Amino acid sequence: MAGPNSLYGPVDPAPDAGYVDAPPRVGFFTDTSVCIGCKACEVACKEWNLIPDDGFNLLGTSYDNTGGLTANSWRHVAFIEQPTAGRGAGTDSPGAFAAMPVGPPASAQTAVVAAGTAPDTGTEPGVPPAVDALAAAGTIAPPATGPQFLGMPLPDLPGRMMDAPRSDFRWLMMSNVCKHCTHAACLDVCPTGSLFRTEFGTVVVQEDICNGCGYCIPACPYGVIDRREGDGRAWKCTMCYDRIGDGLTPACAKACPTESIQFGELDELRARAERRLESLHEQGETSARLYGNSPDDGVGGDGAFFLLLDEPEVYGLPPDPVVCTRDLPAMWKRAGWAALAMAAAVVVSFGRRP
Amino acid sequence: MGSNMAEAHPVGFQHVVEAKRRGAKVIHIDPRFTRTSALAHTYVPVRAGADIAFLGGVINYILSDEKDFREYVLAYTNASMLVNEGFKDTEDLDGLFSGYDPETNTYDQSTWQYASHEEHGRSTGNSHVARDTASALRHESHGSPLPGGDVARDLTLQDSRCVYQILKRHYSRYTPEVVEQVCGVPQDTFLEVCEAWTANSGRERTTALVYSVGWTQHTVGVQYIRTGAIIQLLLGNVGRPGGGVMALRGHASIQGSTDIPTLFNLLPGYLPMPHHRQHETFRQWVDAIRHPGQKGFWANAEAYAVSLLKAYFGGAATAENDWGYGWLPRLTGDHGTYQQALDMIDGKIKGYFLLGQNPAVGSAHGRAQRLGMANLDWLVVRDLYMIESATFWKDGPEVATGEVVPTECRTEVFFMPAASHVEKEGTFTQTQRMLQWREQAVEPPGDCRSELWFFYHLGRLVRDRLAGSAAPRDQGILNLNWDYPVHGERGDEPSAEAVLKEINGYDSATGEPLPGYLSLKDDGTTACGCWIYSGVYADGVNQAARRKPGSEQDWVALEWGWVWPADRRTLYNRASADPDGRPWSERKRYVWWDPEAGEWTGYDVPDFEKTKPPTYRPPEGATGVAAISGDDPFIMQGDGKGWLYAPGGLIDGPMPTHYEPAESPVRNPLYHQQANPTRKVYDRPDNPINPSPPDRHVDVYPYVFTTSRLTEHHTAGGMSRHLAYLSELQPEMFVEVSPELAAERGLEHLGWAHVVTTRTAIEARVMVTDRLTPLRIEDRIVHQIWLPYHWGGEGLVTGDSANDLFGIALDPNVLIQESKVGTCDIRPGRRPTGPELLAYVDEYRVRAGVAPDRYPHVLTPRADKPEA
Repeated sequence: MAGPNSLYGPVDPAPDAGYVDAPPRVGFFTDTSVCIGCKACEVACKEWNLIPDDGFNLLGTSYDNTGGLTANSWRHVAFIEQPTAGRGAGTDSPGAFAAMPVGPPASAQTAVVAAGTAPDTGTEPGVPPAVDALAAAGTIAPPATGPQFLGMPLPDLPGRMMDAPRSDFRWLMMSNVCKHCTHAACLDVCPTGSLFRTEFGTVVVQEDICNGCGYCIPACPYGVIDRREGDGRAWKCTMCYDRIGDGLTPACAKACPTESIQFGELDELRARAERRLESLHEQGETSARLYGNSPDDGVGGDGAFFLLLDEPEVYGLPPDPVVCTRDLPAMWKRAGWAALAMAAAVVVSFGRRP
Repeated sequence: MGSNMAEAHPVGFQHVVEAKRRGAKVIHIDPRFTRTSALAHTYVPVRAGADIAFLGGVINYILSDEKDFREYVLAYTNASMLVNEGFKDTEDLDGLFSGYDPETNTYDQSTWQYASHEEHGRSTGNSHVARDTASALRHESHGSPLPGGDVARDLTLQDSRCVYQILKRHYSRYTPEVVEQVCGVPQDTFLEVCEAWTANSGRERTTALVYSVGWTQHTVGVQYIRTGAIIQLLLGNVGRPGGGVMALRGHASIQGSTDIPTLFNLLPGYLPMPHHRQHETFRQWVDAIRHPGQKGFWANAEAYAVSLLKAYFGGAATAENDWGYGWLPRLTGDHGTYQQALDMIDGKIKGYFLLGQNPAVGSAHGRAQRLGMANLDWLVVRDLYMIESATFWKDGPEVATGEVVPTECRTEVFFMPAASHVEKEGTFTQTQRMLQWREQAVEPPGDCRSELWFFYHLGRLVRDRLAGSAAPRDQGILNLNWDYPVHGERGDEPSAEAVLKEINGYDSATGEPLPGYLSLKDDGTTACGCWIYSGVYADGVNQAARRKPGSEQDWVALEWGWVWPADRRTLYNRASADPDGRPWSERKRYVWWDPEAGEWTGYDVPDFEKTKPPTYRPPEGATGVAAISGDDPFIMQGDGKGWLYAPGGLIDGPMPTHYEPAESPVRNPLYHQQANPTRKVYDRPDNPINPSPPDRHVDVYPYVFTTSRLTEHHTAGGMSRHLAYLSELQPEMFVEVSPELAAERGLEHLGWAHVVTTRTAIEARVMVTDRLTPLRIEDRIVHQIWLPYHWGGEGLVTGDSANDLFGIALDPNVLIQESKVGTCDIRPGRRPTGPELLAYVDEYRVRAGVAPDRYPHVLTPRADKPEA
């Protein structure tokens, strides 16, 4: 049932995909303000979905030894050690490390080392300039010489590197997952129909159909979907399609001890998230924000959206993801005009002949 | 405080998150910023081993400004009681209480007692026996014994001998300045905690205190917890909803394994294991428990003891043979786990059973543990995987150094595969004393079997072997009531429910289950395997299997599981009502007196005699339960009161006092006495201890280290390092250091470093993190480092074991090891291997002046004769 918003803009994806009497759209609301970084979600996901382990690699990125969402890790808990100068944000507290004899933070340096230890991403990570400045000041050992920094996620925003002694500190944790976009680029580019929209509005890969072409991988604006080494096929979160069909909660949400991962009907989750955000703002957590909840964003809203305590970039999330099909109508339109123009030119050029 | 709840108890931490959601303020006090700190409103970094100084400062804050909950304190604690005139405080004796005996390093406690109990002068020579047998462990279910008779009180709290004034004097020096100097906590941060704690306590509000082994595992561990309890009593936070001192136990049923103990000095229900000299006869043993003439419920101990012996020996236990008391084994001294390891090294112990325990990795001084186990005749290991304690003889660290030669190691190791918790039925007793029944989900694979199966059949086979023996030593085993029905797919699994029924207790004649411990008799007509669990099978129903969802009942949820004693969810909940039996406030209603019905009622099962009115006053000369007044909530205490001051029962003093850890880079800033003067030490060449001030060469081991767990692994790793999904989450042994220490020692993030103590050196990858901070202690900077203790040589991910760094120094009350703080050095690069490791560690020892004939003084010497 292709409608005016089938490629871009707010839409209810299951009916749009042709389901008649589709059940309400379901999703995840991941409230990172109560995440304790236990990684029960990662383990429960692997147990239920029989995913292979991802190798035993100490990455040095705080307590994250998973590294990111891959074919073998469909939930990924990110850990961000975030020192700040100045008083505790939004509270009367003087800050965890106020008045402590502390020097410059380690986070920048550890991030540099960590950037060189994550699983190979195909891009070469490097050294942010701020660390060079610290090293030049002689306060920390200069990091091993390496390539230049090209945009790997850092625990802090570019330009926000502190040079004063840390006095406050946050340790942010977030369980990341496939966003199950309203406009899922992976699905739109899949040539085999392996990726499909379920009646619940989620996006699932059918492993027996996927031929490993890999088109979906660059299409995903979040870098979620991935091919499994030695297998070649694309794998990602199914939102436990085999569980929700039976009325069960997805494994990760079921295992989460603090209800950081909440599963339910998307409309209800969105309302719940708004209330939670309001409550956090009242408590002085002014940096709290929702991510992926708006149907008006570049992917038509995420089926799995988040409450974050800082800018999305801090968590390694793109600030303004856009589905690659957004410009498809314009492109076709232009292509159409071009074709017409060509045809006209042909007509004109032949028409001149006597 | 002393707890990393979010990481070590993530499931329980959901309640903290929920409380936070509802507006509770969460404060985390810990040596390093953990995942718990990340969720707390306020994080306070503190020096490991300085918690009593911090908490003493809180007590001083409360008493100086009279911020205590005065009505509660007057009515329910021993604040007004007068103490013996001869009592001398640590303020008077520079770090010692009166009665110290430098020969045995223990106290004669007679001067600590209440004023009117002077004539009962406590026996003087037994304190070291009490220490050897960890007698204070009994107090888990009841207070220390007291002589009978009323105690002189001063309800104005002005008498200089009353507990309130003694407490005030004792803590008067624990000022915010001192807290800053000892703990490294800035004064305004400290005061923020004091203000939050006191403001959130009183009639309308209560504060909960949570601790774990970060408090327990110290040479002053018991006194850490006492300090917390004193604060909670002063603020009226005990026996009331939302209050309490919550001990988070370390494993799924570790509470159960102290209730029905796997400890050397206890029998089920905290009855003492008989001592060969103190408890020669049944009467001596029972009277040592019940203390004739004393107040409180413990006076009924004879019924508990007889019923236990009836459960053990059935029909063979008769009044004539003292219910088989003579068949019980006897203690002859310290048989604690560390003494045992040393006895193995000395060849005094021949055989050893290890069940669910991996001392090669999980116990302090791993080297001593492994050398001990390498000197046995036989060793039985029951575990899920081939753990280090089963393989130390072929590839342990001592094999690498040449100290153990596999072909010559004499120990015969039997490995018995164990069933996991989903493969067997039974109960878990969790941290709230709640028993929850667990069904068997799947049949264990291959030869794996439950512990119940193992011990039942082992007992059966041993009894078969001994059949017909007339030897007196065999009679206990032959007379055991060893008859359990079997069931299951293989037809040989003993019924766990039958065992639970025996634990609950039954009528000896009819076999009918008993309703609770009040129906236990001392005439042999009842049998009960553990008196505090009596009622768990009341009415022939497995009460532990109750699973009514919280949404279908009130917030106390009495129909979920079963809690000892008598299904009471909050102990001493009589204190949730005022002395007249009315709730302290509407907001904190919990248990109250209903004058119309003439009984106690409320949301919980009242922890008080149901129909004893608040106005009840005991008649002259009353003893036992009858001597408990209608306003004495602490019914298991000898005086019915919460103890701000302990007139007996603790080896190391009536009030907590700041002592430095056995290994510390800091001279005790408060007293001349450096460390706990009664701590249990083992001065042996194989147990060297790093020097502490005032001894010299402290700078050889200049840093403080502490160890604990990660969420991703389970204790010694037996249940996690063999599983890929857990191993990949924390794949390698690492050490956390602050950026400042990294710069000082030249450590590189993700590079190698090694940590050195007098025992050994271990290596780990470096994690430089802002979560650790140096502290300013007095006029110097003290660095702390942290290590997880999960790694060993077996499993999918392996590494050096942090517990190898510790020596053996124990708390005198319960013989727990000091494994949460020690001193060390840290250096970049990997440690030496093979025999060179021994030489390397030895070189450190020489520089530190540690020699086989030289040990730290337990009593800090007075004369200025520093060690050369």
